[in-house]
Amino acid sequence: MKNTSNHNAHRRQSLKQIASLTGLLAGVGYSSFAQAAYNKAAFDSKSVNEAVKFQGGGGIVESKDIVLNAPDYAENGSAVALGVSTSLSGVRKILILIEKNPATLSAAFEVSEWIEANFATRVKMSQTSDVYAVAIMADGRALFSKKEVKVTIGSCGA
Amino acid sequence: MSEPSRIRAQFQGGKTTVRILMNHEMESGHRKDGSGKIVPSWFIQEVTIALNGKVVLDAGFGPSVSKNPYLLFVIKGGKAGDKLSLSWKDNRGQTRTDEASVA
Repeated sequence: MKNTSNHNAHRRQSLKQIASLTGLLAGVGYSSFAQAAYNKAAFDSKSVNEAVKFQGGGGIVESKDIVLNAPDYAENGSAVALGVSTSLSGVRKILILIEKNPATLSAAFEVSEWIEANFATRVKMSQTSDVYAVAIMADGRALFSKKEVKVTIGSCGA
Repeated sequence: MSEPSRIRAQFQGGKTTVRILMNHEMESGHRKDGSGKIVPSWFIQEVTIALNGKVVLDAGFGPSVSKNPYLLFVIKGGKAGDKLSLSWKDNRGQTRTDEASVA
């Protein structure tokens, strides 16, 4: 009997150690990922090319493989629904950019091996503008599609 | 204290579609209040999503993402019962984490 309880105590101790180690690893993983996510220089950029460059992409090249779903008209610029997807493999990041907003880059998604390059979100648009969807590839190429969205009531909040 | 995010994750046809609504003002820093003063920017900057503790998506938001941000993305595979966690951090350093199970 004594032996069993000793064994259990030892087991609990091991489990505790594993749990704390896992927590530690998770913590490290989170912070390093989080730093990569908000790239201040890119989000402060005033042009599509600049933002793409700060996200690690080269000169942008138009590609029909990048699918951008955007409305022709947005009655209200405070919530414009956008979708971006591509079936290309080797996508590292997907960026959504609004050319005429005060800051061009709206959202940047890091495409891990566990997810598809397929995102949808809603953005604010201050005025009628071209919307860019850019895929930054593993080899640094930056492929894009763009579409003009006409905004009836701009969001001052862009 | 921030309000919880709404998360719906559905496994169908070999993949898991995740739809999220975060609760946040997403103030751009360009808007003026009633007295003409600029309302300072206040927006989510970082979003991290983990499946069963493993980070699968990391995203950065600028202030031009709409109020109460909506996000849809697709996880390859997954299964019912998998634990999904969503964490965000805003430009004031406030953070929030919410969890949901894949259905």
